[in-house]
Amino acid sequence: MSDLTLENMSTTYYDVLKELGNIGAGNAVTALASMLQCRVDMKVPQVKVLDFKDVGTLLGGEEQEMAGVYLAVEGDITGSILFLVKKEVAMHLVKKLMGSMASDEFGEMERSALKEISNIITGSYLNALASLTNLKIYPSVPDLTVDMAGAILSVPAIEFGILGDKILLIQSQISDEIEIDGFFIMIPDMESYEKILHSLGVMP
Amino acid sequence: MEIKVGMADLNICESPDTITTLGLGSCVGVVLWDPVVKICGMAHIMLPDSTAISNNQNAAKFADTGLEELLKKLLAKGAKKERLVAKIAGGAQMFSGKSPMMRVGDRNVEAVKKKLEEFGIPLKAEDTGENYGRTVVFYPQTGEYFIRAIGKEPKSI
Repeated sequence: MSDLTLENMSTTYYDVLKELGNIGAGNAVTALASMLQCRVDMKVPQVKVLDFKDVGTLLGGEEQEMAGVYLAVEGDITGSILFLVKKEVAMHLVKKLMGSMASDEFGEMERSALKEISNIITGSYLNALASLTNLKIYPSVPDLTVDMAGAILSVPAIEFGILGDKILLIQSQISDEIEIDGFFIMIPDMESYEKILHSLGVMP
Repeated sequence: MEIKVGMADLNICESPDTITTLGLGSCVGVVLWDPVVKICGMAHIMLPDSTAISNNQNAAKFADTGLEELLKKLLAKGAKKERLVAKIAGGAQMFSGKSPMMRVGDRNVEAVKKKLEEFGIPLKAEDTGENYGRTVVFYPQTGEYFIRAIGKEPKSI
């Protein structure tokens, strides 16, 4: 295995990820618009590599309440995916989907609605990745938690922690009536990183 | 003043200052405290074992090297090893998956306890496991370890 780390990854790779983010967010916008029956816009996504200590700040502080949806990925590549949105944004999306049935707390119905929305969003990104790379990628059943940003982020940070001291995330902003600032964190294992790069022709 | 400890980070704190780490998930917030000189150190441990990983330069990230580093810093500040006591919090399982990676909170807690035992430092209190995040503040003046979680009564151990 080569000594590929987040620190020494090429700019080409970030461009690839940005493109992936673009296509993924584009797919997500289309899917969300038809699911929620409203107009949804997007901005150009940003790919960020951050030190652990700075991630909380980007998300609005370690204690910011967020909804996080986590799923494992299998197939040609293995790893996991975390999708994060602020709690208010998550609630807004849930209310859009459920209409007057939604309450203000994350009960069973709300959680299940949010999982459905997250499925669509993460699925959009995974489809983008799969069609760009021609790799088979199968997501597991998503798992949801609503808690402090720092605590949720400890999960991907620990997975990245095995590789280095940084975390890689795609920040995508989509909006309908409010800004939907979504953070998308992909954690392929190292072997999968190489597979992705290889199938994109970035790495021999 | 409140000293902040980030993820995979550690620091020392003297009374009347306090020391905190925000939003602990599967990581463990370990405090070693010398009640006589009222000095404490806090480490935000991410992974159980530095020897299992090649990229292990950051000592504070691991239970084994993190606690060694913390102890060294405390002794240099005038704390005495035989007076030290420990309190720990965190090590939650944030998502319910069954993969070994999801159980890293438990493994972190175990690794910290093992290291404390090796040092002969008694574990005075703990608030670990479960499935929620915690913000912790330690007061070296009194030895109180204050724990806050969303939707739960704050507590002190």
